[in-house]
Amino acid sequence: MSDVMVDVHGVHKNFGPLEVLRGVDLQVHAGEVTVILGPSGSGKSTLLRTINHLEKVNRGWISIDGELIGYRRAGDKLHELKEKDVLRQRTHIGFVFQNFNLFPHLTVLENLVESPVSALRRPRKEAEDTARRLLDRVGLADKTDAYPRQLSGGQQQRVAIARALALSPKVLLFDEPTSALDPELVGEVLDVIKDLARSGTTMVVVTHEIGFAREVADTVVFMDDGVVVEQGPPAAVLDDPRHERTRAFLSKVL
Amino acid sequence: MPSLMDTAPPGGTAVGANPKNLPDPASVQIVPARHYARWAAAVAVVVLLAQFAHGLATNPVWEWGVFGEYVLSETIVDAVWVTLQLTAYATVLGFLLGTVLAFMRLSRSPVLQSVAWTYIWIFRSIPMIVQLVFWFNLSALYEELGVGIPFGPVFWSVDSNSLIGTIGAAIIGLTLHQAAYAAEIVRGGVLSVDHGQFEAAAALGIPRLRQIRRIVLPQAMRAILPTAGNEIIGLLKGTSVVYVMAIGELFYQVQVVYGRTGRVIPLLLVATAWYVVLTSVLSVAQYYVERHYARGANRTPPPTPLQRVRRFCTPAHLPAKSPGDTR
Ligand SMILES: Nc1ncnc2c1ncn2[C@@H]1O[C@H](COP(=O)(O)OP(=O)(O)OP(=O)(O)O)[C@@H](O)[C@H]1O
Ligand SMILES: [Mg+2]
Repeated sequence: MSDVMVDVHGVHKNFGPLEVLRGVDLQVHAGEVTVILGPSGSGKSTLLRTINHLEKVNRGWISIDGELIGYRRAGDKLHELKEKDVLRQRTHIGFVFQNFNLFPHLTVLENLVESPVSALRRPRKEAEDTARRLLDRVGLADKTDAYPRQLSGGQQQRVAIARALALSPKVLLFDEPTSALDPELVGEVLDVIKDLARSGTTMVVVTHEIGFAREVADTVVFMDDGVVVEQGPPAAVLDDPRHERTRAFLSKVL
Repeated sequence: MPSLMDTAPPGGTAVGANPKNLPDPASVQIVPARHYARWAAAVAVVVLLAQFAHGLATNPVWEWGVFGEYVLSETIVDAVWVTLQLTAYATVLGFLLGTVLAFMRLSRSPVLQSVAWTYIWIFRSIPMIVQLVFWFNLSALYEELGVGIPFGPVFWSVDSNSLIGTIGAAIIGLTLHQAAYAAEIVRGGVLSVDHGQFEAAAALGIPRLRQIRRIVLPQAMRAILPTAGNEIIGLLKGTSVVYVMAIGELFYQVQVVYGRTGRVIPLLLVATAWYVVLTSVLSVAQYYVERHYARGANRTPPPTPLQRVRRFCTPAHLPAKSPGDTR
């Protein structure tokens, strides 16, 4: 079995009195695609956001490629990292949002170049070359100088994926990348993600697209009420679920 | 109702269901509605304006000769220059300090928040003229300004009046006053930026200051500029209060001249003309700065005034250029 890239260990998260994650354990192996399914409000987005420390965990820990996220360990104590160090850690973690969140005042090319130049201090020329190559890969080589609002939703999401890739992250996190799209635009975004999967990019994808999960996932994780109910290869979890809650959820969405 | 029309027999009387009553669309001539009341009102307004302009030109009280004599005179032009300098310094320094205050108020530190809040509270409470006179008299309160350990020994000090000077005191007063308002304008702009933009910038690991400068502020500018334009124009005219400090800015100098010559009305016209000219320049500048920060905000950017004029002069059936071509 390949190395563990993302290790989520006993993570608890609450917003005030509301306990949203109640002890989540999850391991993602390098080069594999993990798809997280689950009903609305089950904590999928929250889990994804704790992985790149957009949310702090209340208990437990997360590591990426062996490096603790958001904390530094000294003896048996965890020291919170400074914002600067958290920002540096995030450059190893690509995040693709449901609403794209492209920078509307920057051109497509500038969107892709911004973070490599400012966070990784790459030379601009080199960053631009990488950006053009990535745009070509997502099929948008002709849109480098367009502004995000001049693009369709599907094109914007493909730019957002290219922007996340521009940092050459160790893992890519997707939070419902196709939920904000018209049905006929979903395919073009999923195709890009499938292409990444084939090339061995480590990914965690929260989605409601069961067909996509069946086709692309190495592991399907079913979450409900802040815990991982069951996980395994798509054939096992989707076609022969062991838990009643998984069965109930699948019967509703299939 | 479509459901009724669907069931109507062919050639029925439903409106729009029988195109045979209408002529061929290519040959139809459309007659615009005539707005007689609107025309009458326009004529009345034009007549009133003409009367006013005639009075302005011919009535001797305005003394246009005196106006012409002074409007470009060296005294006045120098005074305009002082007004411009006061405005420029107070704008730049005021907005710099205001931006710092805005981010202090938005910070997570309760100390920084309270300090900024208190500053804004105090400086919005004091009338500008009171503050100006206060700074003018500063040396009476603190005879020396020194550098040293807080509450401890002083290493270096100067006489505060010579350090600050009258113009310096005016700039400090205007700046501190302006900063309190600028802080709230900038804070409003930052709050108008979509939360997803902050998250995306954070998720990409962009350093904090760079997030503010490159991602947040340019987008906040869209909301900041219209109000900031108001503030700067207000400040330009507001500099006229510093006449109380006997600084030779436009309004003070005009008063000096009419005190000497007794030509009050034409000299007030001189000041008015200059304030109008300067405000116009600022308004045009504001238009272009706003346009700059609007890039990417719309699918097709609105045409520049020049393009608008050109399009107006081009016959409608010959579209000169599609707006998408402008980039
Ligand atoms: N910042 C917050 N403050 C308070 N409650 C929150 C916050 N963020 C999320 N929650 C709550 O946490 C729970 C889990 O939310 P989360 O967004 O993780 O669900 P999800 O599984 O992603 O759902 P969906 O499929 O609808 O996106 C929800 O009940 C939500 O209301
Ligand atoms: Mg969600």
